[in-house]
Amino acid sequence: MEEMLREYLPILVFLAVAIGLGLVLILAAVVLAVRNPDPEKVSAYECGFNAFDDARMKFDVRFYLVSILFIIFDLEIAFLFPWAVSFRDLSDAAFWSMMVFLGVLTVGFAYEWKKGALEWE
Amino acid sequence: MVAADLSVILPEILLSVFAMAALLAGVYGGKDRWAPMLVWAASAAMLLIAAFIGLRGAPGAVAFGGMFVDDAFSRFAKIVVLVSAAAVLAMSQDYMQRRGILRFEYPILIVLAAVGMMMMVSAGDLMALYMGLELQSLALYVVASLRRDSAKSTEAGLKYFVLGALSSGLLLYGASLVYGYTGTTLFSGIVQVAGQGDISLGLLFGLVFVIAGLAFKVSAVPFHMWTPDVYEGAPTPVTAFFATAPKVAAMALFARVLHDAFGGAVRDWSQVIALLSVLSMFLGAIAAIGQTNIKRLMAYSSIAHMGYALIGLAAGTALGVQALLVYMAIYVTMNVGTFAFILMMERDGQPVTDINALRMYSRREPARALAMLILLFSLAGVPPMLGFFAKLAVWQAGLDAGLVWLVVASAVASAIGAFYYLRIVFYMYFGEEDGDEVETNTSPVLYAFLMGSAAIMVLGIANMFGVDQAAAAAAAVLVN
Repeated sequence: MEEMLREYLPILVFLAVAIGLGLVLILAAVVLAVRNPDPEKVSAYECGFNAFDDARMKFDVRFYLVSILFIIFDLEIAFLFPWAVSFRDLSDAAFWSMMVFLGVLTVGFAYEWKKGALEWE
Repeated sequence: MVAADLSVILPEILLSVFAMAALLAGVYGGKDRWAPMLVWAASAAMLLIAAFIGLRGAPGAVAFGGMFVDDAFSRFAKIVVLVSAAAVLAMSQDYMQRRGILRFEYPILIVLAAVGMMMMVSAGDLMALYMGLELQSLALYVVASLRRDSAKSTEAGLKYFVLGALSSGLLLYGASLVYGYTGTTLFSGIVQVAGQGDISLGLLFGLVFVIAGLAFKVSAVPFHMWTPDVYEGAPTPVTAFFATAPKVAAMALFARVLHDAFGGAVRDWSQVIALLSVLSMFLGAIAAIGQTNIKRLMAYSSIAHMGYALIGLAAGTALGVQALLVYMAIYVTMNVGTFAFILMMERDGQPVTDINALRMYSRREPARALAMLILLFSLAGVPPMLGFFAKLAVWQAGLDAGLVWLVVASAVASAIGAFYYLRIVFYMYFGEEDGDEVETNTSPVLYAFLMGSAAIMVLGIANMFGVDQAAAAAAAVLVN
């Protein structure tokens, strides 16, 4: 039991540092910051919409299309990056798996392009 | 090494390549004008792959370090999945085209869902399991809302998506607990830890969460809430698909996980499965009584049937798995025929789903009414139809494993459930006409499926065409 707890000690230290740092930053803002409020500054942050409004409003479904496409290619980068960093040590299987993955993604990309998902008007 | 792995998953690769080629051909070629052609091509491709799987060399290979298992069990499930998916695609072409919802993506999504199901039934690892499950589910969420301008269809898609995401979350949480307490995601590694006497509390929690996640997919009570709404809202051919192939795949996956990964802890999960089973049978039987919409009725019917099939799983024996596989094969055949009938129901070109519209149907269409009568008797489990022998098989497995109470409960539930099937028969043969009768679509494809399915329900009693032997061989591989 003690052995296991010792293994987790760095996490406890990390937690303490994270909480401490968070508190210090918040308190520093209270003590040091210049305060010059206006309605836009004090309103809750919401990307593109009014924060307090009717939930049943219309908005363009293309926002979602773009954001989904973004996530897909974002993930592609997340996969590609470690692959590219360790490129020298890759086996043939690892190389070709990524090629297959990119190929599948390209098929999807060609489809969405032809479908007009990338055109805004 | 990799070449050997790739040759094991060759059917999946071929089908995926077909799907991608069809997608590009569709979008750069004739778009939706090519949709009917793509439907037939996809249907033919799935049948070819099913034949390929059935005829290729001896099963028993493992690929990617045990993540992918190609054995007699997975082959049996794959063939049932592919043949039923091909059948449903063939049935849907005419219906969807006449209602203007046949997009060329539809057959491709069905093929991709089939690839996901093939992955599911072959999974030998929790991550492979999840990958197959998500590939299947994501394709199904989209086809559920295929009729984009209908509020019910989009609601069906959204509901299915939200509840499906919830169930995936439960499953993943369970999988993470299992990994945490066993140190491996491979089924062959889990079974070594779980097989040593009593399993730890944490592992038991993981097991229960995994079961809950999978119970969502087979729509077992109390995880069935999405089923009636999704069945009702989705376009009828899609409902037919939901009721067949994904159920087989999820059931096979259920059996695979419980026996391959937790085969040493049968006592621990058998009672959970027995509870799911008895609840599903009774809710399916009782809740369907109030339904007049035949699609909702079939949803409750499928919930009840999953309950009966789960008896085979609760038994925890090779005989039980054999009974489960036979049950699923017969269930799928019955449902294909029943949905062929439902797809035929229309009035002035619009689909009809109210069972009251079937009054005195036998006077107008005696052959179709007789076929539907056979199918409904079979669904209800009335002897001498094949559906009765499916139930008999799971009952035998249940009795063999000492689950007498479960078998008695299921006999009671099937007697209650018989009411709503027989009510449709009553309407067709004895009801009074009230002027709102259903007309019949004369599509030869639907007629062939209805008659073929009904014929199997009668002829199958004499000869099961080797399905029972194949199921026995499949079960012997899984349970040892």
